[in-house]
Amino acid sequence: MAKHIVAAVKDLPPGSRKLVEVNNRQIAVFNVNGEFHALGNRCPHEGGHLIDGKLVGLVQSKMPGEYCYSRKDELVKCPWHGWEFDLRTGRAQCDPSRVRVRHYETAVVQGGEIDLDAPPKAAEVFSVRVEDDYVVVEV
Amino acid sequence: MNLSDIRAIDCDVHPTVPSMQTLLPYLNDHWRETVIEREITTLDTISYPPLAPLTARADFRDERGRAGLDAGEVGQQALDKWQADIAILNCLYGVQLVFNEDMAQAFARAVNDWVVKEWLDRDPRLRASIVVPLQNVEHAVDEIERCAADKRFVQILVLCMGETPLGRRQFWPIYAAAERHNLPLGIHAGSAYRYPVTSLGWPTYYVEDYAAQSLGFQSQLASLVCEGVFVKFPKLKAVLIESGVTWLPGFVWRLSKFWRGVRAEIPWIDRSPNEIVRDHFRLTIQPLDTPDNPDIVARAIEHFQSDDMLLYSSDYPHWQFDGDEIMPPGIPASLHRRILVDNPLATYPRLGL
Repeated sequence: MAKHIVAAVKDLPPGSRKLVEVNNRQIAVFNVNGEFHALGNRCPHEGGHLIDGKLVGLVQSKMPGEYCYSRKDELVKCPWHGWEFDLRTGRAQCDPSRVRVRHYETAVVQGGEIDLDAPPKAAEVFSVRVEDDYVVVEV
Repeated sequence: MNLSDIRAIDCDVHPTVPSMQTLLPYLNDHWRETVIEREITTLDTISYPPLAPLTARADFRDERGRAGLDAGEVGQQALDKWQADIAILNCLYGVQLVFNEDMAQAFARAVNDWVVKEWLDRDPRLRASIVVPLQNVEHAVDEIERCAADKRFVQILVLCMGETPLGRRQFWPIYAAAERHNLPLGIHAGSAYRYPVTSLGWPTYYVEDYAAQSLGFQSQLASLVCEGVFVKFPKLKAVLIESGVTWLPGFVWRLSKFWRGVRAEIPWIDRSPNEIVRDHFRLTIQPLDTPDNPDIVARAIEHFQSDDMLLYSSDYPHWQFDGDEIMPPGIPASLHRRILVDNPLATYPRLGL
């Protein structure tokens, strides 16, 4: 596992998303209320692009007619067939034990904290500024 | 009888109401006079016109073309002949078609009381389903409560095509009563004819009506699953009677597939409809819609991914097969005992009481 800078935090504000490519893998990165989540972009069902999916909350129920809503915007719905994937785990809500998309750990690092002798591999070319924050994905 | 001695449990036998005259003693004064005064001669419906070929096998018919008219005849023709030690009577008489809720209640009571007196009391091998007037849910629950004290009633009987999908919450008091009394919900082919039997409109021919029943079963299955009836009533089982059987896997694949994408619409369904259907639905084996090749029959049965779902039935006197082979050729021998005895006993708890 290596850390890869995928965006400057200021370029990926809350509510935004970015498709990045790391080691030939397409990864969908989402900023939900300041928290960054990264999933493989390809839906394991038919290959829809999760980067184009709507963010939705989690609806659960113990009994017909009861709707327990939580975790607003923490699931992404595949734009093709609507399968929901948990941004925190990559698991599909319809079959969490068997269906999942690859989930990647993310972190925010400050430009000044990046060890310049062994910099994380950038997915794109960035000019890293000491005072700025960067989104890092572990791949 | 010792349960281990049971050879076969026939889960679908039809007692024929000979005529409206038969039910007169079971109606109160008001309804008896109504029937006579209005000259209501029968509640037979176009689902099973008395002389239609499907309605009775030729060798079961009397000189007037009727079959299954009394317990002695049915005991001989269905139970003795096919070595059934228990048979469940499903009386198909058009109680469900009546528009007047009170009249429907009166006819349901009359049919159920007639079944007790003229059938259950005459042959200890017989059990029966409670005919309920779905036109009024309170009446239906009352009828279940009235009949359930008699343990020979082992199931609630409704038609495949009614006025409203069966999963809707208005029917839930019926399912609460069903669960309370260990009565599966038996859904039998047939329509209350509130609507055309296809969603496209009225078909022209009888064969279209009968073939369309499997579409009705599909929609009822989807309704019961999606509305969450089995979440609310986890002990409830639904028995699809005279449904044709083999339509089920393909439809459930479809339902389960599309559920994955719209799961949030029915969040109480938190596992695949496929699993729910396996746990809660049972099907009687006559008729079994398959090609003639027995190898294909076995493959079709494999698609159910369960050995628990099929229940033995003759569908007497309906003409579903010739000869004496009720068990359709191609059903693996290893499943026979389950279908004949074990699955019916597991489905109908009251058979073991």
